[in-house]
Amino acid sequence: MSIKRYNVRMAGIGGQGVVTASHILSNGVVISGGHSSLVPFFGSEKRNAPVESYVRISSEVIYEIGEIIFPNVIMIFHPSVITLGKSYTMPFYTGLKQDGIIIINSRTPIPFSKDEEREMADVGAKVYYLPATEIANEVAKTELATNMAMCGAVAAVFGMPDLISLAGSVKDRFVGKGVVVSGGTAALDSAIEKKFAKKQKLLEANMKTLEASYKYMIDKGWAHPDADPVKIDMAAISAC
Amino acid sequence: MSNLDFVAEGKPADWVPLGETQTVVDPMEMFFKLPRKTEFITGSEAARESIRRMNVDVAIAYPITPQSETMQQAGYLYDEGYIKDFYRGEEEIGVMSACAGASRAGVRTLTATSGPGLMRGMEAISSWPGARVPMILMDMCRVINTPLAIQPDNIEMSFMLNTGMLLLHAEDQQDFYDYPLVAAIVSEKVDVTLPCAVSVDGFFVTHARGQVSMTPKEYKLPPRDGWASAVPAMDNENPPARLSRDAPIQKSNFISYHMHSSWQQEVFAAVERSAKYFDKYLDGCIEIVNPDADEFLVASGAAVSQSREAVRQEGEQGRKVGMIKIKTIRPWPMRQLIAALKNAKRILVPEFNQAGWLHKELCSTLYGRTTGTMIGGPRVYGGMTMPTEMILEWLADARKKQL
Repeated sequence: MSIKRYNVRMAGIGGQGVVTASHILSNGVVISGGHSSLVPFFGSEKRNAPVESYVRISSEVIYEIGEIIFPNVIMIFHPSVITLGKSYTMPFYTGLKQDGIIIINSRTPIPFSKDEEREMADVGAKVYYLPATEIANEVAKTELATNMAMCGAVAAVFGMPDLISLAGSVKDRFVGKGVVVSGGTAALDSAIEKKFAKKQKLLEANMKTLEASYKYMIDKGWAHPDADPVKIDMAAISAC
Repeated sequence: MSNLDFVAEGKPADWVPLGETQTVVDPMEMFFKLPRKTEFITGSEAARESIRRMNVDVAIAYPITPQSETMQQAGYLYDEGYIKDFYRGEEEIGVMSACAGASRAGVRTLTATSGPGLMRGMEAISSWPGARVPMILMDMCRVINTPLAIQPDNIEMSFMLNTGMLLLHAEDQQDFYDYPLVAAIVSEKVDVTLPCAVSVDGFFVTHARGQVSMTPKEYKLPPRDGWASAVPAMDNENPPARLSRDAPIQKSNFISYHMHSSWQQEVFAAVERSAKYFDKYLDGCIEIVNPDADEFLVASGAAVSQSREAVRQEGEQGRKVGMIKIKTIRPWPMRQLIAALKNAKRILVPEFNQAGWLHKELCSTLYGRTTGTMIGGPRVYGGMTMPTEMILEWLADARKKQL
């Protein structure tokens, strides 16, 4: 790993799978041999309410806990985090470190105020727009896979975890050991499982979404040189 | 329970509780010798795995955030047969009172709560040490002050400092797996016989994932021996059960002054006697990083993790900063702290509460025993995170002002 540490703040709205995305990214890093920790932050569990989750990624042991106040990567899962202020952190780029990266789920650029543009420019922020919901709808045929598109994108930007480890983490989440996230997430699990007759189909749709957003970031020139767009082999993942 | 009881609960006639398939091992074997496997799990899951290996007889709790997920998991352990009895109480006074009764009956008892739940149960909890009821209280800290909040803040620990409870402060998911197991064993030592709380900073640890190294689930701690106790289980002819009905030692309808004061002395002496066991099972009641440094960060719980990172970043800048992690708040490791800090020039105490209870404890210990400057902070509370940058700023500021 060439880069020592990423501190990621994910912000989205309830029901999008922000917390799940943080578990998947974090576990993917651990599967790939790196170090990671995460902490979610949300109030009452309800759809469309603000949700944040924080992921630390490092090539060394991680000591810090808690929210990430000074991230070097910010992921915005829904434009309303910015446009409607559905966020615990206002403005959304607060605390971004010098030369940090912002990945926003939006096909079109968001019209920022001059002050906002200046403040982001002051810290040399790089803003990447990713149509994550469109990719999810197109590839997985459901916007519920938006979080997968976001995971694939950030993995490409970091060049880690590799796609196979990330896919292994997705498998862990849905058909493996599972993870205690929250009661609301358990309910969502059963909803998503109804949508897909078989978990295998759910997995395949998620993997394809990961691949698609990963490739999107490479095509845009936003990916890390280490990003390798391998095809996820479902048989190999099943054997994980 | 007989198999008929299990069948009534919907189990097959040949069902065997998984707890009965576990092998009992000596605590030292469990803590230091058995092979361990590392998993990347949340603090609530680490707590579940700890309970699985704890040989718990009865677990009683009332849900409250952020404790709920752990006790929900404990419900699964009951279903699998790792806990012999389990139920949800009506509220915390009832739960904590029921726990006292269960422990008095001589069985290993576990409960868990958080912030306002701890406060509601406090009347019963503060009666436990004098009643000499060993048990494990998992305490997932959260805000208790108004306005209502469900965020992390460990002010509630200060309410337990002078109750006679044993009190450990877990730093991370690993500690929240290890400490409850140690608590169960030390709590039941004959010369201790006291309840032990294991506090942890809620959400930051309970709802976050970390690496946890665990022994195989096929092994469990030895069961509680109810007869090996400072106060025999259910013996109404001995204190404390007899205290309130025994004419010769009573004044009015309560206990004599002398009897009560000697009983309190004995409870707090028992707290001190527990230190030798914690020292053995926790590999020291404190951990010291960079013992020869001039500047020290002294912390407990999640503030230790932030302090470790601050020490690392200071080290990268060529400055050696020391760090002390206090594992046992009660017993308070007074002698070790004096020895470690007597030559320190500057001591900062980062905390996740407004009152700075750890700073106060440390000040009363070090008064007249160090020439170093005590700095009460940095502190965050009400759910705030303490960024490492904040500790670094306080260090820089203290150097600049030559504190």
